[in-house]
Amino acid sequence: MKLTEKEVRYVADLANLNLTETEIQNMVKDLGAILDHMDRLSGIDTAGVQPMRQVLFPAPETATLRADQPGACLSNEEALANAVHAAHGYFRVPLVIER
Amino acid sequence: MTQSQYEVVIGLEVHVQLGTRTKIFCSCPLEFGSPPNTNVCPVCLGLPGALPVLNQAAVELALKASAALGCRINPDSRFARKNYFYPDLPKGYQISQYDEPLAEHGTVRIAGKSVGITRVHMEDDAGKSIHDGFRDSDQYSYVDLNRSGAPLIEIVSDPDMRASDEAYAYVTELKQILQFVEVSDCDMEKGQLRCDANVSIRLWGAGEFGTKVEIKNLNSFRFLKMALDFEIGRQVALVESGGEVVQETRLYNAGTGETVSMRSKEHAHDYRYFPEPDLVPLRVGSAWHDRVTASLPELPAARRARFIEVYGLKEYDAQVLTASRALSDYFERAATVSGDPKTTANWVMGDLAGLLKPAGREISESPISAENLGELVKLINSGQLSGKLAKEIFPRMFEAGGTPADIMDREGLRQISDSGALEKIVEEIISTNAKQVEQYRGGKVSVLGFLVGQVMKASRGQANPAAVNEILKNKLM
Repeated sequence: MKLTEKEVRYVADLANLNLTETEIQNMVKDLGAILDHMDRLSGIDTAGVQPMRQVLFPAPETATLRADQPGACLSNEEALANAVHAAHGYFRVPLVIER
Repeated sequence: MTQSQYEVVIGLEVHVQLGTRTKIFCSCPLEFGSPPNTNVCPVCLGLPGALPVLNQAAVELALKASAALGCRINPDSRFARKNYFYPDLPKGYQISQYDEPLAEHGTVRIAGKSVGITRVHMEDDAGKSIHDGFRDSDQYSYVDLNRSGAPLIEIVSDPDMRASDEAYAYVTELKQILQFVEVSDCDMEKGQLRCDANVSIRLWGAGEFGTKVEIKNLNSFRFLKMALDFEIGRQVALVESGGEVVQETRLYNAGTGETVSMRSKEHAHDYRYFPEPDLVPLRVGSAWHDRVTASLPELPAARRARFIEVYGLKEYDAQVLTASRALSDYFERAATVSGDPKTTANWVMGDLAGLLKPAGREISESPISAENLGELVKLINSGQLSGKLAKEIFPRMFEAGGTPADIMDREGLRQISDSGALEKIVEEIISTNAKQVEQYRGGKVSVLGFLVGQVMKASRGQANPAAVNEILKNKLM
């Protein structure tokens, strides 16, 4: 499946990514190759095959569970460090309710 | 046509926050009222690469709730991603359960009928968006992710309710059951119990359901009933005037008492559910299942029935006393000590409740222990304490604690049954009330009550009224 440069720019915009021209050219190739691979997978007849959503191993039923013990948290500063906008200890985002 | 020609169909989705110490998929503590964004970590902030690990205590509580609601617990259930975009959902998806939920096919009994439980499933909560209260709230929303990742169960009912009163009775019973089995405090003010309603109408006898409307933003049971009543009226009027009900989500506005269409694209969601690859299926073997079932306490309905049958309580009293597990345990301990359940019930519901309420205390914080309340009733019944004195002692027990005997001794309030001491008081009263004594001897027997009253007063209520009666009669002969 051929991916266009326009589609890459559109997806990058949705994902809030600023790509350079070189990166866009690379993405057209790389993402396109991934989609090609998916197309091949889609062609395989999987009727009667159980889906493998997770890799399981024999273990007691609670082996993958966690004890209810409080652990360390991030500080407020750390939590907000990646936020584009923050104020008063909160993440600040463009209005999400129409008034 | 009128409203009575339509049958109302209601189903409820109730979200309950499980009473764990930490979140469902990470070890951040669940503390209500912490400063914003301080109970957070890479998992609940949705940072790339962070992996969820399921909290065993959350599973235990979800299983307990499912068993208490009579559900069939699925030995294998699976988590799924429910994708949607909203600023208070940092991962971009909620980890929920979809086609393989934890439990299914339960029931809740309400007056005269059973409401089916379709399913109980586990999921994580979103954070909190704040749209008001900041100077720039007209341009920005503020997001606090402390609640992000709080453990929830969603309890979905069958569309079995036929009136707003039934919906009210259902959530009331549901809340009581969940509190009894200690799955959640269900404190609605803290958002620990939230409710959405699906409601539709159809002509009586119609085979198919009408188009349903989902009502959100119901943060009290009273609002639930009011919103349903408004919405039922709106749908009837709409259909009566030749219109059609549109499938949509409506928000209840408590200020106006109306439901308003959410004109956003929110309900046009395709959640693109798919199995959560970061979590293995949840397996609950029969041993675990049996252990949870065996750990269930007596449920409220059974306890109510037992209070009526074994203790001879009136239905209303049984209802009041089983409002919470703590209250019903308290009553039962007190009644065991007193040996008189009915009088004990009156003291718990009347005098004790009357002192707890203004003090803003729960039954678990009562300064009067169940044992001491039972002791008080026992002292009254054995004639060692008059009812009047008991009413005086009770508030002092509330203030100072201690047994009724302690208070009686400390305050010199022991009932006087000693005939020598009583005779002295009686003689005094006879000599100071010559006129009444004469009337009594002249045949006006009703004066006796007055004289008894005078003796009681002179003894500061400590005299045993029966003994006073006896002595007075003898002396006046």
